Amino acid sequence: MIDVNVSLSRWPFRRLVGDEPAELVSRLRRKGVTQAWAGSFDGLLHRDIAAVNTRLAADCRAHGPGFLVPFGTVNPKLPDWADDLRRCHEEHRMPGIRLHPNYHGYKLDEPVLRELLTMAAARKLLVQIALAMEDDRTQNPIMRVPPVDPAPLQSLARDIPNLKLILLNGNRIPGSRELAQTGKVYFDIAMVEAVAGVGRLASEVSPGRVVFGSHFPFYYLDSAILKTVEAALPEDQLKAVVEGNARALLESKG
Amino acid sequence: MLSAMMTVSRRNVLRTAAGWSTSAFSAWAAESKTSIWDLHCHLGASAGTPTEKLAALIRVADRMVIERLCVYMGFPFDTDPAPETLRAQNNQVLEAIGRFPQRTFGFVYLNPKHLQFSLDEFNRCVRDGPMVGVKLWVAQRANAPALDPIIERAGALGAVIFQHTWFKTGGNPPGESTPADLVQLAQRHPSVRMICGHTGGNWELGIRTIRAHKNLYADTAGSDPTSGFVEMAVRELGAERVIYGSDVPGRSFASQLGKIFGADISAAARSLILGENLRGLMRPILKAKGISL
Repeated sequence: MIDVNVSLSRWPFRRLVGDEPAELVSRLRRKGVTQAWAGSFDGLLHRDIAAVNTRLAADCRAHGPGFLVPFGTVNPKLPDWADDLRRCHEEHRMPGIRLHPNYHGYKLDEPVLRELLTMAAARKLLVQIALAMEDDRTQNPIMRVPPVDPAPLQSLARDIPNLKLILLNGNRIPGSRELAQTGKVYFDIAMVEAVAGVGRLASEVSPGRVVFGSHFPFYYLDSAILKTVEAALPEDQLKAVVEGNARALLESKG
Repeated sequence: MLSAMMTVSRRNVLRTAAGWSTSAFSAWAAESKTSIWDLHCHLGASAGTPTEKLAALIRVADRMVIERLCVYMGFPFDTDPAPETLRAQNNQVLEAIGRFPQRTFGFVYLNPKHLQFSLDEFNRCVRDGPMVGVKLWVAQRANAPALDPIIERAGALGAVIFQHTWFKTGGNPPGESTPADLVQLAQRHPSVRMICGHTGGNWELGIRTIRAHKNLYADTAGSDPTSGFVEMAVRELGAERVIYGSDVPGRSFASQLGKIFGADISAAARSLILGENLRGLMRPILKAKGISL
């Protein structure tokens, strides 16, 4: 099982079971995860993103080489963000990056995002976009962060060659079928809701576009695992969702 | 019959999970004797008759080894229902649960703004009918005096009392209760046990709010499966005051069960939360109605 959506370090408002890397790895392994793509909670608010990504890469090496796969943060609102992208690729050898448009204060139709995605695609980096991190009804009132509006993704996915987007923490994303049909967009299941919601998503976008993501340790890992049980997908589709699609994405980078 | 169905369901779950997961769920499903009861289910907005909607829910519940569903409110959702709407929606639930008496319980949906009608509807559906609980939603806040006669009547029969609550960041709509509103009601009726729906959504606030009021129970349903919820509830309230619910079909059984199976709590606490506590709450009214389990 490959989990494309875990995070290291500290959630700003709560200690979490699994927010120490060794414990996170132990718990993932215990539940049958064989590889986890890790971002960093520090990437939400820290401005020294280069240090965040260096720590992320080091933690992934120290606590699970080949198991924890680092996805560095890039914030295009920071000066010289393009060098963070370069370092993720050239220095840390990361296969992809993770973006947090709502925490970093930009919309998906801003030109700087198009520029970032174009550069990432040219480097054959996978790009994860976290559409939310938390239900906005439960956020700390001093820091309210609305979810990302995904509407501009259609034109980005259509226009940028070789782009590979993985949308994290989405639920009932408008236009998801059309996004999937571009062949460039994948969807994780961490925030997918409703009875048998993963099965519905798979039928909307095709099982080949759905990947297992848990949002652990912010969410209980068992939530995503049990969703795959509830979905009752045929065995080949289940294997694609929990492992095959993510593996193929990583291998597509060569 | 039910026992046989559950055995089949457990096998299905194990077969589905085998080969890629060693989850706590499959281990628990294989070993535990606890029956899962779901406190918080609705018929939902999908196409079909009430019976068809409930049948669809039960098919998925079988996959998740859930034995009983508590069902309330019909469709479409109405935040401030008039008497005729209440009656129609309660009839929808009566129709549906009537087809699955071994798998479901019904709670009557009431609106304290229509007090006499609500008391009559309670009599029709609970005192004289098959329902076993009361659902209060967002028409009026729980601290309103209009709720008192409903609570007295439900308490006298031992019916389960479920009040929706949220502590929404940014504020609640006028009729939507917070756990603090429910505390005021609970203080006026200290001998009546009530359930704090959603534990206020913002569970760190909800748990603290109801902590000192021993006649209040925490419903785990209908919020994101945020890590730490169940551990804090067990630590601060005791496992005896925590009850599993899902809020299907808007939520999935899985995301909400994930809270209970993912929590670092004892097996005994997990069994209490998944069914034993709810059975304890219901025991008086089930006994009064001659319903044996």
